[in-house]
Amino acid sequence: MSTFDVLFHRIQTGCETIAYPDGPAPALPDRHGGALLMDSTRCLDTCHACMDICPTQAIRRTQEDGIELDLGRCLFCGSCVEVCPTQAITHTNNHRMAVRKKDDLILGTGARSQLRLAEDLGSRLIALLGRSIRLRQVSAGGCNACEADVNVLGTIGWDLGRFGIQFVASPRHADGILITGPVSKAMELALRKTWDAIPEPKIAIAVGSCAISGGPFHANSETHAGADGIIPIDLYIPGCPPHPLTILDGLLRMLGKLKGRRSEAG
Amino acid sequence: MTPFATLSNASSVSWDAIPQKTPENMCSSIAEAMANGARICSFFGLPSDNSISLNSGSKTIELVAVLAHDTEDALSVIRSMPFSGSFPSLTPDHPQAHLFERLIFEEHGLTPTGHPWLKTVRKTDTNAPWNSPFFEVAGSEIHEVAVGPVHAGIIEPGHFRFQCTGEIVHHLEIALGYQHRGIEAALTGGPFPSGIKQIEALAGDTSIAHTTAYATNLEVLSGTEAPLQAQWVRAIALELERLANHTGDIGALANDVAFLPTSSACGRIRGDFLNLTALICGNRFGRSLVTPGGCRYDLETERACRLRERLLVSLSEVEQAARWLWESSSSRARFERIGTLTPDDAARMGMVGPAARACGLVRDVRFDHPAGWHRFAQIPVSVWPDGDVQARARVRWLEIRQSGEFLKEQLAAAPGGPLITPMPPLMPDTLAVTLVEGWRGEVCHVAITDHQGRLRTCKVTDPSFHNWTGLALAMRNQAISDFPICNKSFNLSYCGFDL
Repeated sequence: MSTFDVLFHRIQTGCETIAYPDGPAPALPDRHGGALLMDSTRCLDTCHACMDICPTQAIRRTQEDGIELDLGRCLFCGSCVEVCPTQAITHTNNHRMAVRKKDDLILGTGARSQLRLAEDLGSRLIALLGRSIRLRQVSAGGCNACEADVNVLGTIGWDLGRFGIQFVASPRHADGILITGPVSKAMELALRKTWDAIPEPKIAIAVGSCAISGGPFHANSETHAGADGIIPIDLYIPGCPPHPLTILDGLLRMLGKLKGRRSEAG
Repeated sequence: MTPFATLSNASSVSWDAIPQKTPENMCSSIAEAMANGARICSFFGLPSDNSISLNSGSKTIELVAVLAHDTEDALSVIRSMPFSGSFPSLTPDHPQAHLFERLIFEEHGLTPTGHPWLKTVRKTDTNAPWNSPFFEVAGSEIHEVAVGPVHAGIIEPGHFRFQCTGEIVHHLEIALGYQHRGIEAALTGGPFPSGIKQIEALAGDTSIAHTTAYATNLEVLSGTEAPLQAQWVRAIALELERLANHTGDIGALANDVAFLPTSSACGRIRGDFLNLTALICGNRFGRSLVTPGGCRYDLETERACRLRERLLVSLSEVEQAARWLWESSSSRARFERIGTLTPDDAARMGMVGPAARACGLVRDVRFDHPAGWHRFAQIPVSVWPDGDVQARARVRWLEIRQSGEFLKEQLAAAPGGPLITPMPPLMPDTLAVTLVEGWRGEVCHVAITDHQGRLRTCKVTDPSFHNWTGLALAMRNQAISDFPICNKSFNLSYCGFDL
């Protein structure tokens, strides 16, 4: 008797939604590594092992600042961490990675050795959108991994709806857009039209290294190098794809919903 | 004497050893082989001057075809002399050639003479929807429905054009290309360090299958083989990828008929399977696991034990969630006799994977053309005869069980030893083919090197390339309101098709 079986199962299992952000965040997989930390004062003058091995040229040497690591371009493959002879680049195992400005993703020396995490949208927008925000998702050359890990936030384990965040079918019903993919040239027009159809005030979120920088496709002739040349982006969530926890952290941080939560302590 | 060079899966043949025919003779040889049961794995053109650029200005093109002989565990290759202009179309007699020929037309300007619907496949343009005009059904009662490229859910873009009277769909034309990222062009001239990363994100839900095919080709071309331990890790990860996606699909089908118990349970269990992949390599989609020469992360005994424990829990949960769906008569009523494909149509369209097996076709690369770890451990082919939405759901379910059994057995059978082997330079003027049974079906990679051992081409055929037309055929004479469940029952890749 399927109906009783289902009901019995439901009663037995209880609530399956994670306690986060009121409780601690679930642990990342031990080999995930989380965000990277870069201390370029440790770099040897002649060393470029990380630059040679990085598959997306996310690491470069500049005249003024020495070695820089762009987490917007990074695929978090960990190759640079493996080859670095001086542990200048290390894993933090921290899932928090979302930023408001693209430059905040560039790691270098001193205060810039780690990410500058996203500020909230400001009191005016939070008054408007903080309790209820509707987003339209557009995949513009996305590979279906970022899409899948955005989708997973809607499952019972994450239950995005409890934060007042919902994905809607029409841009006319939306307060913002969430973009995945490097923006293939064939999707540029559809992306622009979707953005134009969203009423003001509106926000834009780029999820994944493709949408931020073009990711592995940054040099391809058929793609743009990310969405921000086409649409002004308010929140960047790096990763390939970002872990669902990283995406959720970014959305909640932007809406100011993490302030004073237990998960933020320590 | 056969007009083809014969090889097995994950092997190579010297370019010069591939018989070269006039385009006419080549096409008639292919047609004859297909009449004897062969099917097309890949069929493409490349500039004949051995240059590595797609737009080299080369005036002549060589065609290359790779066929599969599933009952003989054999692949065969044939190529044409350099030519320009036109070649006889295979499509009127063998419709599975239709998209391959359209792509040859698009990429190289060759005309397949006699092709019934010759237009581009994924060419980019600033005006959406691209590759119109669409096939139109005439009549005063006919109306047209246009959907996409942006869809209602969190899914990839594509355009669907329906010709209907009332609710009934007479014809569906599927126009893709919005996801085209120029991956094949970017791989040409390589192998580059960025190549494997583009392959990982070629179809992001099929990372393991595509990276395994790409890496295996490079290993074959450099005359080496990944260590057994790496082949074992790849086989484990491939089944985990299948488990996650099949579970997600069963949940998505349940969701589309508003059967929430299975939908909500499968949504979570799918994530648990993805987390098992992350247990191996840190990434839920298997990124950075497979690399040319082997794997980057090992599955040590202790980790394999932990994986097995969690796997057993998830398998029993998905068993229960699927049983609710099969026992729900209201769900069955929505799935049975909807979107039916005949075995004959599926075979003629060259369909692969669960969609083909749901029409009773017995084809599965892991069984028919075993390579890598599957040489030592086979998986029985899961078949369901009815060809409808229910059959496609049930085949996934059978495959979940088979993958579970395979993993339970294989997780205790690690061969041990090194995980990665150094990669010598690629052999010049050689063609390599690797087929991998991804969760959607046959992933085919064909790599050809030039005189200097650089990649002249790396031709990728995602299973979706064979199967999208199957969805269009399944929609004939169906209610348009059944499109969502038909679409979910195939769950094809847009980016894998568009490349």
